[in-house]
Amino acid sequence: MQDLNVSSNTYSDGVIRQFSIMAVIWGVVGMLMGVIIAAQLVWPELNLGLPWTSFGRLRPLHTNAVIFAFGGCTLFATSYYVVQRTCQTKLFMPKLATFTFWAWQLVIVSAAISLPLGFTQGKEYAELEWPIDLLIAVTWVCYAIVFFGTIGTRKVKHIYVANWFFGAFIITVALLHIVNSAAMPAGLMKSYSAYAGVQDAMVQWWYGHNAVGFFLTAGFLGIMYYFVPKQAGRPVYSYSLSIVHFWALIFTYMWAGPHHLHYTALPDWTQSLGMVFSLVLLAPSWGGMINGIMTMSGAWHKLRTDPILRFLIVSLSFYGMSTFEGPMMAIKTVNSLSHYTDWTVGHVHSGALGWVGLVSMGAIYYMIPRLFGQKQMYSIKAIELHFWLATIGIVLYIAALWISGVMEGLMWRAINADGTLTYTFVESVKAKTPYYITRMVGGLLYLSGMSIMLWNVIKTATSGKAATVSIPAAAAHA
Amino acid sequence: MSDFTSNFWPVFITAISLLGIFGCALLLWRTSKIKVETNSEGTSGHVWDEDLREMNNPLPRWWVGMFILTIIFALFYLSAYPGLGNYAGKLGWSQNGQYDKEVADANKALEPLYAKYTAMTTEDLAKNADAKAIGERLFMNNCSQCHGSDAKGSRGFPNLADQDWIHGGSPEKIKETITGGRIGMMPPMAAAVGNAEDVKNVAHYVLSLSGSMHDSGRAGLGKEKFTACAACHGADGKGNQAIGAPNLTDKIWLHGAGEAAIIKRINEGKVNQMPAQAGRLTDAQIHVVAAYVYGLSNK
Repeated sequence: MQDLNVSSNTYSDGVIRQFSIMAVIWGVVGMLMGVIIAAQLVWPELNLGLPWTSFGRLRPLHTNAVIFAFGGCTLFATSYYVVQRTCQTKLFMPKLATFTFWAWQLVIVSAAISLPLGFTQGKEYAELEWPIDLLIAVTWVCYAIVFFGTIGTRKVKHIYVANWFFGAFIITVALLHIVNSAAMPAGLMKSYSAYAGVQDAMVQWWYGHNAVGFFLTAGFLGIMYYFVPKQAGRPVYSYSLSIVHFWALIFTYMWAGPHHLHYTALPDWTQSLGMVFSLVLLAPSWGGMINGIMTMSGAWHKLRTDPILRFLIVSLSFYGMSTFEGPMMAIKTVNSLSHYTDWTVGHVHSGALGWVGLVSMGAIYYMIPRLFGQKQMYSIKAIELHFWLATIGIVLYIAALWISGVMEGLMWRAINADGTLTYTFVESVKAKTPYYITRMVGGLLYLSGMSIMLWNVIKTATSGKAATVSIPAAAAHA
Repeated sequence: MSDFTSNFWPVFITAISLLGIFGCALLLWRTSKIKVETNSEGTSGHVWDEDLREMNNPLPRWWVGMFILTIIFALFYLSAYPGLGNYAGKLGWSQNGQYDKEVADANKALEPLYAKYTAMTTEDLAKNADAKAIGERLFMNNCSQCHGSDAKGSRGFPNLADQDWIHGGSPEKIKETITGGRIGMMPPMAAAVGNAEDVKNVAHYVLSLSGSMHDSGRAGLGKEKFTACAACHGADGKGNQAIGAPNLTDKIWLHGAGEAAIIKRINEGKVNQMPAQAGRLTDAQIHVVAAYVYGLSNK
């Protein structure tokens, strides 16, 4: 709130402080939900025999909490931070920015209440019912006004590359959300999709895949393009590369959705296009990784001493790995084995824990001391510990689900000489138990790292105070 | 059937797909030609937030190569497989075609294995250890989901291991059931029976048929109204396998025992379906699994 009172040549950082702190809190909550449902897969009685705590209701709570609460708050915080600093002006309509904070928190709380109660549209990553969808749409439009308004009032001539990605993310998520959530209300918390049958499935996965592509990729590439060069103290590797991979990425992602519906009622031609464009997507995806990692050239030694930089660079390695794995899994032959197995879950988490999680943590560790007038985080050792807990957690998690996914895929297709299936379904479930335990341990390590981060952030925030940062004069030649 | 409702869409899809792919190639080519002036330190001279700068290193060659390879693959794939609107692809591939071929190939490969069993009678097969083992696996894959892995069924799903048959327990009848499936249909009978009291009385009469706990006064009153039921279940209540009307005298209650459950059936009727297996199993496989089911109650 103090933003409104200070002179016009300081950044509007109050809303960023709010979003950053909530990102960390929601991160702990969302990851805790993840660990709980991972434990339920090993010990089903942990669902307590109650509908509200059953896997089917807590799972969407977990995904919504980590994607839209943790990821969403991180994106709001970082985009508001980056757009002001790279435009060298304060936020456009700071009061509206504050509104986006409270409205977004209301969305999250509504989700946290309505999902366990069983209200759902039944669309993955778009479960929330229509009144909440409307609130999301309003919030998002306000977000766009603040963001693009800030771009419009910038004091620097050129628009920095991070803002292209944030801009594409904001526009596309609005489009995806509004189209996919179109529904006919049938009561306060009940609605029916505007689409039917295979069209509904296609719209859903057009949304679903682009939620990954724009919410979890383009937005976080925006984060990468600011915080990696800043933390490394090096210029971005290649302007040309950023142009090609930006346009190719945002164009190609739009087509990739059908690979979620291989070998279904979706027409063959749609499946083929989905597969082909998923493969074409490999190079544009890697463009971002190359640009981030090569920005390090000349500063590699900093990785030894700087755990924040390590978060950022390791996140790019996981980004590269999962964007290679994705196109491979989109190939029909591979997909016929991987589809419906834990391999998919492992793949998503190598992107979610490895890329989205680590790059967010790196960015928040960068911002928090600066937002609270501190030189650095309260404990660097704790960042170090967090880094190793998270990395080991991810490796355990994805390795366990690779093994269990490929194993169950092979068990499902194993056939006896007489044409019968070798294994019953429940045998494949039973065989996965050790891997489910390993994945839960991995998740627990990741959660404990995040809890240490929360402690570190609270310590840093309480030992400092809200800082007002003056806007530097734009460089004359820029 | 065509996937398209008009000739516009296949043309549109073909056009934007190809434009998209060539657009990627064009973007790559154009960008590699961009000359960005750099200053002495190798950056473009643009500065953001005091120290953010950009260099303009050329696109990594291996990366450009990879991009081009995926574009070439895309074009080859779309010429070989369906993708460009109505164009079916040079290979004539379709997922339904692939499925049919895999099933046909598998059935062909299985033929010799099953050939020796098709010549045997159901009764002999039921005693053949190898056939029984195959039959059990077929049962576990295809039947146990409803009838249970011990074949003893559950509410709504008949027990196959006892002597009580709804549609008949002869080898021919079992095969008929597996091949074509069955639909059990009892219409709501309350109107034909009378008022709510009559329905309750009939329910007690039905309970009395099997010697279950009942109110004999009510059963006596219900006996007369049972004529409405006798058309299918027979005057003695022993059922009629020809039309799948269950025996009411044996204390086996497919849809629940006791007064309340019976009243509910009289009031609401019941439709119960077993799906046909003919499309899923070959005749030879049905022969073997029928023998397994037959063997469960004919040891």
